[in-house]
Amino acid sequence: MTGMAGTAGSPGAPRGALLIESRWRRIIRDQPLIPLVILLAALVGLLEFSKPGIVSGNWVATTIRAAIPLAILAACQTLAMLTGGIDLSVGAVASMAAFLMATQATAQGPVVALAIALAAAAIAGLVNGIGVGVFKVHPLIMTLGMSLVVLGVMSVYQLLVVRSGTLIPDEIRWLGSGISFGFVPNSLVVFAPIAVLVVIGLRRSGFGRLLFAVGDNPVAARLAGTRIWQVLVALYILSAMLAAIAGVLIAGLNNSATVSLVEQSVLPSVAAAVMGGTSILGGRGGYAGTIVGALILTVLTTLLTVLDMPEAVREVLFGVIIVAVAAAYTRVSGDA
Amino acid sequence: MTSLVGARRRLRAEIVELARSWARRNVWTLGLIGLLVAVSAITKLLQPNYGPPAIQGLAINILPIAFAAVAQAIVVISGGIDLSVGPVMALASVTSAVLMKDQSDLFAVAVVLGVLLLGLAVGAINGALVVVTKVPDIVVTLAMSFVWAGAALLILNTPGGGAAQWFMAIISGPLGSPWLPKALVVLAIIVAVVWIPLRRSTVGLSLYAVGSSRVGAFRSGVSVGPTKILAYALTGFFSALGGLALTATGGVGAPVPGSYTLQSIAAMVLGGVSLAGGRGGVLGPIIAVIVLALVRTDLFFAGVDPNWSTAIQGAILIGVVMFGSLVAMRKVRA
Repeated sequence: MTGMAGTAGSPGAPRGALLIESRWRRIIRDQPLIPLVILLAALVGLLEFSKPGIVSGNWVATTIRAAIPLAILAACQTLAMLTGGIDLSVGAVASMAAFLMATQATAQGPVVALAIALAAAAIAGLVNGIGVGVFKVHPLIMTLGMSLVVLGVMSVYQLLVVRSGTLIPDEIRWLGSGISFGFVPNSLVVFAPIAVLVVIGLRRSGFGRLLFAVGDNPVAARLAGTRIWQVLVALYILSAMLAAIAGVLIAGLNNSATVSLVEQSVLPSVAAAVMGGTSILGGRGGYAGTIVGALILTVLTTLLTVLDMPEAVREVLFGVIIVAVAAAYTRVSGDA
Repeated sequence: MTSLVGARRRLRAEIVELARSWARRNVWTLGLIGLLVAVSAITKLLQPNYGPPAIQGLAINILPIAFAAVAQAIVVISGGIDLSVGPVMALASVTSAVLMKDQSDLFAVAVVLGVLLLGLAVGAINGALVVVTKVPDIVVTLAMSFVWAGAALLILNTPGGGAAQWFMAIISGPLGSPWLPKALVVLAIIVAVVWIPLRRSTVGLSLYAVGSSRVGAFRSGVSVGPTKILAYALTGFFSALGGLALTATGGVGAPVPGSYTLQSIAAMVLGGVSLAGGRGGVLGPIIAVIVLALVRTDLFFAGVDPNWSTAIQGAILIGVVMFGSLVAMRKVRA
């Protein structure tokens, strides 16, 4: 489909071809979900073709289970990118939440530990929001600096709690890694409400529309009476809380928590949002695409593992695909 | 006789005027130099025997990050950003280490030149992708950071390879006075030879022009696309230098990029380069790298737990940028 879209609009093309191309263009622009789902299906088909019998109920469950934390982290990026920002602190904040939860659970029990983790994440998000919204620091710099601060504070904290050790409560393990009925990952209990809230909230709620408005045209949004800084503060707090939830789920999935647990998921989370059709310049995108983007990245990783590609080749292909998909979006949507 | 005195006076006035206008244009850099002096004084107070050996160690340590900061500064000045600086450094480092291992000195020279060309090419690919696909810089370079990191891992899976003796000697030890580390001289010469002529040429002017206003630059007859590609190529070149510095300091190639991309962005911002493009230079980022390194050793000698240093580095980054934008906001209001 990329190739077709690529040649669109050339004046010498026959009329029929032009029509087909413009239809493709329109579909990709208005319904980015359709080509994304086709791509996902193609990848699953390719996987089944290269290793027959691998696609089963259990495989679906483990794939979704692996994709859920990534999809939640990518929700942070989607929300931030809609306003023209980015949240590079999700890795540090998610790791912090997981580590706080695991170390506090030994003495305080799981509920209090979770509350502490979420509160700490909210504070980090608040600082991010104040920096971006009030002091107008570039989100890239602000969240980058914040991730350094969080990581540093956590490595000091790590020394304080080295005695008490970490404990992943059974409930969290059940939630993060359990699979019910053979094909339903338990983390869906957390993810399904989040997904529904974000997808519908972005389209229907006032806050969702404010995010689009701020990203699409901040001047117009301000002149229309939006208090942009309040929107941004709320956004980054929300983003940090979502990151914390993802971190706790990952801790449950891996049955371990360290201060740099989630660090390597930061760039893939941006990649998933970009693949899903959210523009980093703000004002265009949605969460449904992001979820499919996270699934695509997860299936792609499995596929490359099955094909026995070395880690290095996987990374190269990862990068090439992201550029290609982003280029296709830019081409059909006419803007960046 | 009188005319000679007059000419001399005029010359002096001209120099003073030049210095003043430079100072006006480089308030941030001057502030950084002041900060550097202050931090150096604190360092000397905290560590009375801080002397030549420590300075040489410092110079060698900062060399890769300094090149990375310069690389990042150039692309940001032209209105972009390069998240693949670290991976390109890793790529350059492993390529040089693998090719240099057990080879003659002369071959090593060819390797160094080849790796620099590789850096230029890699950067040009980044830039061409940005220009051709029209995808935002940050997305393209983020994706390409996977590609270059993967390529580095393909070349060398674990740290290994080797480095020629002369190549390692070029940055270790002092030059003349024990207070003058070779690494610093190498840094100064390379940056001066590459950047200063460029900055003063039309090409340098176009870099700044494209960074401060694409449309304005286009309407003034600057070819925006090639200029952007050139900026990325230069960034690739300096990233490759950073990678070579990594090989030279460690003696082996390191396939994992570490946090050099993030550090380069931090130093670039602290160095007074505006993320919006078109403003700043390369001297500021280099001084910022030195200041950050000194602060780290100071904290260590002041008895602060070294684990705090990351947090403090982040806090400095946020604090300085907030301060900068606060000043800018005041100016707009006034």
